[in-house]
This record gives sequence, C-alpha cells and structure tokens, in this order.
Amino acid sequence: MTGLAPPAVRVRPATGSTGGRSGSIGWMALPALTIFVAFGVVPLAGVLLLSFTRWDGIGAIHPAGLDSWRTVLTDPGLPHALWVTFLVMALSWAFQTPMSLLMGVFLAGRQRYREILAIVYVVPLLLSSAALAITYKALLDPNFGLGAGLGFSFLAQDWLGRGTLALGVVVFVVSWQFIPFHALIYQGGVRQIPVALYEAAQIDGAGRLRQFFSITLPQLKYTIITSSTLMVVGSLTFFDLIFVLTEGGPGDATRVLALDMYKRGFQANLMGPASAIAVILVLVGLALALLLRRLGGRDASASQQEGM
Amino acid sequence: MAQRAMSRRSFLNLAAGTGAGVALAACGSSGPGQGEGGSEATYWYLTGAPGEQIRTNTVNRFNKANSDSQIKPTAFENDAYKTKIRTAIGAGQAPTIIWGWGGGGLKSWVDAGQVDDLTDWFAQNAAVKDRLFPSSFGAATVNGKIYAMPCETVEPIVLFYDKRAFDKIKAEPPQSWGEIMALVPRFNAAGIAPFSLAGQSRWTNMMWLEFLFDRIGGPEVFQAVFDGEKGAWSNPAALDALTKVQDLVKANGFVKGFSSVVADANADQALLYTGKAAMMLHGTWTYGSMAEEGGDFVSGGNLGFMNFPPVEGGKGDPSNTVGNPGQYLSISSKATAEQKEIAKKFFSTAVLDDTEIGEWLDTGGVPIVKGSESKISSSKAPEFLTFVNETASKAKVFAQSWDQALSPTAAEKLLDNIAKLFQLSITPQQYVDNMNQVIGQ
Repeated sequence: MTGLAPPAVRVRPATGSTGGRSGSIGWMALPALTIFVAFGVVPLAGVLLLSFTRWDGIGAIHPAGLDSWRTVLTDPGLPHALWVTFLVMALSWAFQTPMSLLMGVFLAGRQRYREILAIVYVVPLLLSSAALAITYKALLDPNFGLGAGLGFSFLAQDWLGRGTLALGVVVFVVSWQFIPFHALIYQGGVRQIPVALYEAAQIDGAGRLRQFFSITLPQLKYTIITSSTLMVVGSLTFFDLIFVLTEGGPGDATRVLALDMYKRGFQANLMGPASAIAVILVLVGLALALLLRRLGGRDASASQQEGM
Repeated sequence: MAQRAMSRRSFLNLAAGTGAGVALAACGSSGPGQGEGGSEATYWYLTGAPGEQIRTNTVNRFNKANSDSQIKPTAFENDAYKTKIRTAIGAGQAPTIIWGWGGGGLKSWVDAGQVDDLTDWFAQNAAVKDRLFPSSFGAATVNGKIYAMPCETVEPIVLFYDKRAFDKIKAEPPQSWGEIMALVPRFNAAGIAPFSLAGQSRWTNMMWLEFLFDRIGGPEVFQAVFDGEKGAWSNPAALDALTKVQDLVKANGFVKGFSSVVADANADQALLYTGKAAMMLHGTWTYGSMAEEGGDFVSGGNLGFMNFPPVEGGKGDPSNTVGNPGQYLSISSKATAEQKEIAKKFFSTAVLDDTEIGEWLDTGGVPIVKGSESKISSSKAPEFLTFVNETASKAKVFAQSWDQALSPTAAEKLLDNIAKLFQLSITPQQYVDNMNQVIGQ
C-alpha cells in the first residue's frame, strides 16, 4: 500500500548443517514422536487388526476376516450413529462459533471489567465433563429438578427423555462447556489485529458494524479455521459427557459414533465391530481435519498483513 | 509462516488426540492388579447401602480372624462394575474373588477359561453347599459344573405400593392387569403418578416385560428365547405382552419423564417414598434403601408390597416370580494357589456366617441359607421378610432376570430394544423382528 517497505522476502529454511551451531535439530522431535507412536500409531494399528477378528474381550481372539466390517456396515445403527454425530457436530459448531466469536471480540477489549468477566467466563472450562453432566442431569430432572423445584412448568420438560430435546440438551451443555475456550482463542486472534487498520477505517468513516465485518472477521479467518477444526474434530470424540448425561438415550437418539463403539465393545462384548467403528471414527476425523485445512485456502501461507 | 506452522502443529495434535482417544477407549482402564504378594487375596464387589457395608464387615471379620491370610476389598458402583470387571478379567488383572450375578455373564467367563471349576470343592465341602438354597445353584452352574459360590440374598421382584396414595383415592391394590389399567386414570386425576420407573437404566423397564410374558404366556415363552429357538419372540403371548406395556405407557402409567430417571441414584425409589408415585415394580433389595432414606415411609407402615397380579386369561401361574436367585462369588483362574486357598477359606468360614445373616435380615434381605426363616420373626422387618421368603420359596418358577440369564451380547440388544419399546419409537412387531434376528447369540 505505502510502497515504502521492501516486499516480503521468503526465506528458505536452511538445510543441512549450515548456519546452525550444532547441526541437525531433528532429534528434538523425538520425544513427541515417541509418544505419538506409542499412544497413537501402535494402538491404532492394534484396533485395525482387531477389526478383522472376533473377540469378546476376555477369551481367545479368532481371526474373522471381514465379518465385523460386514456386520457394522450393514447395521442400520451405523448410519444413524453417523447422522447423530453429524448433528451434534453441526449444531454445536453453529451455536458455538457465533457465540464464542462475539464473546472473544468483547473480551479483547482492555477494559478492567472485561478482564474480570474473562476470568468468570473461563470457569466452565475448569469443570470436568462428568461432573457437568451429573449436575445438568440433576437440574433437568423432571420430578426433582429445577423446574419442579422452582415451580416453572416450562422448565419441567422431559429434557432427557425425548429424542429431540435430549439432542438439544447435549448440544447446549457441550457448547456451554466449550464456548469459553473458543472465546479465548478469538480473544487472542482479535488482539493481534493491528490497531492501525481500525484507525484507518475510522478515518474513512466506517462504523463499528462495518469495522467488525470488514476488518475483524476477515482478519480472524485463520482463527476461525483453527477454532472450527478443534470444534468439529473434537466433537467426534465427545463421549464422557453424553455417556453420563443420556447414555446415548432415549433409545438411541443421542448415540454418537464414539458411544456406539463403547456400547458394542464393552457392553455387548463385540470387540471386532467396535474396532471397525473406531477405525471409521479415525478416518472421519482425519478427513474432516484435512477438509477444514483445505477450506483455509490454497495458499495458507499468504500473509493477511502484507504491506503493513 | 508462523501461522501456518501453528495450524499444522495443532492439526497434528488433533490427529494424535483422535488416535489416542480411540486407543484409550479401546484399552479401557485396568484398575488395581492383584499384586505380586501371594498371601493377599483381592475381592471386588458393589457399592450402595446396605449391601456394601455388610460385605465390608464380612471381609473385616475374616481378616481379623485370619492374620496370615488377608483379603483386600474394593467396591464399585453397579453399572460401572459390569464393564470394569470384564475389562479387568480380559487384561489378566481380575481380583481373586469375583462378585457377579451368575447366568450368562458367568458363562462368558467360563467359556474364556477365566474362573475356576468349584464342583469338586463343593463335593469335598458338602456342608458348605448343603446349607444354601438348592435353587440358588442354578445360575452358578454352567454345563453341569458349578463355577461360583452362591451368596447374599434371594431377591425376587415385587410390586411395591404407597398405602397413603391408595387411601387418598380410596382404592385397593390391583388384583389383575385390568385393575392396574383402571387405576391409572384415577391416580393421574389425583396428581399422583401411577408407577415410578427409572427408564434410563433400561433393565428396570425389562422387569415389566418379564412379568407380563410370564403372566400371559407362562415361563415357556422366554425359555424358548433362552434356548435359542428360531423365531421364539414371535409367540403371540409375547406380542400381547409388548402391546400391553405400550398401552400402559400411552395411558401415562409411568411417571412423567421416566426415560430420564436413573435407578443408580435411587430416584425411582424417591418418587415412591415422597408420595409422587403410587406404585413401583422393583427388586426387594430396594427395601433397605427405602427404609434408610425414606424417612418414616417404611417405619411408619406406609409401604405395601405384593406379587405381580395375574393378567386376565393368562396362562402363567400367579405364584411365579423373577429376580436374582442369589449373588455369586467366583475364583479367578489367574490367581495364585495361595490366593485361591484364601478365597476358599473365605467361602467356607466367612460368607453368610451368623453375623452376616443377621445383618441381611435387619436390612430386609432374605439370605439364601436354609433355616433363616426361624430368625425372621425376631428381625426388624418380620412382615416384609416373611413375604419375600414366601414369594421366593412358594414360586412355581423363580426365573432369573433376563439380562443376567442371557449372554452379555444378547442382553445389550435386548435392553436396547426394550428402551425403544418404552420410548414408543418401535412397535411391538418391530421389537419382535429385531430380537428374532439376534436369537441364540
């Protein structure tokens, strides 16, 4: 814009032992790599192998070829679980993103009261999912809960006993827990936006709303992608909260993929099909994460602050 | 650049996180192992009053009496225990003494060769065997061999009711299915839920089907399912029972929001003793906790109890009942010889000794020991205990709870479909079709 600064020059990372004081630093990745292999790759391989076997969890493991896969893929429970997983993912994303974005922008202000509010907002993040689920379950109990206690009949719904309501409750509690986390991410993102942009916009006569949509939102593009990736992929592994809150019920209305896997593996003792679902879960997760990376644009390394 | 590196790293973290999450779920938790030391046996059982305290007391008395052989107890919450014990057995980390419900669960441990055959031991220690109810050995026997020591109490499922609620609407306890259906609108009109039910726990719903199947078609209907006969669920009596239970749901027979109520928290019992519900079909083990937590509900004589009434035109004998014919203790095959010796000593000297028998009687349980009848009259709840004892001993057929009798795989499918049936999300015919597919598994 101004033409005063020289264009940004891409610096290629030095290869080999040039320039470094002690040569290659590849070994620094070793600890992380060891942990990743031991707790990520090895169990994954084990699960993949198990999905081609028949095993009840305590007896001998029998090779069973594609039996488990055939069982899982022809079971109407799988598309249902996928659909519920997708619903939880989509609804909680659609609810969390605008909420946490607004909250993040609000918290980015340096005013004292906002700093205090920021601390209050983070509290749900500190609570364990199991404790949260138990608390909500008690509050929503139609006979002894909040509605019955305070005498508000509209609160005394059969919250966890009706399919659609239960799904709504799950999405709400998940969002309630994670909005503060994503608000923190957005807060950080907003604070990195150069003030000069806003000053320039003000001089040009842009109002607050216009500033939000023309500066804040575009500048937060990568923050939104990061936060969405965390939400979407994270929602695949929601287990504890739903397990304690509804146990996948009523019926199978909130039985997400992770819960389906647990129920098959540890309650029905069908480790083969459960492992097949675990593999599907990993594949879906990876595909989603890659997709979201792609959505970030072809040239993800392009700077948004070029010329500043 | 910095941003890119950041997002790639977070992506890798996520990928690792997904993998690790799955891996952790697949591994499960193994819990405390049985330790290297040979002279200490381990024993896992259930939490919850009053049983937990009685089990702990028995272990403590045993440890005090035998300074050279010690038992280390650990207690777990009911629903979590089933998964926990199985994972532990699979991982070779089982306790020496495994508490269980017998039946299909025990059979799956036997099939995996994880628990010891106790037939010979019982033959050598006939005194231990002969003092227990013979009926309690059915669920401990797999392929003609005994794999568990029956213990604790006999627990039929009975119909509890609140006398205050019946006084309020000036009605008598139902003597037939028709009377039950007639009582439903009257209780609803009085603002009292006819039946309390902890629907989220699923096996609570199952108890209704157990009785309706028996009363309508006799015990043969479920026996055919248990024996794996093809299409056994298609029995017209089954269809009739499934339809009747949905009729009761549709008539608002169960407390509002029953699908959100959980049995582990005893919320269903609370509904009964707080006067919000008039009746509850439940195991006799709930008596102890209702007496303890329900204020003067039990001590004030407000709790009524009866066997499930007959269904008009049904074939089943009205004396039949279902429930737990006992609880069961098995010995892990992976335990050391020394630990197994301690366990056997525990079985023959401590389990259901006179003190334990007295403690069970005081909390409303009938121990599976012959001759405890004589002690009933001097216990704290003679009326209830006499009722339980008669229900159990005079039953023509005392069937084991379905989910305990079936294999865990079949039981899970069963509970799943029962929950959907009570949700009214499947029809009786769909239930029959779904369950016929997995028969004999």
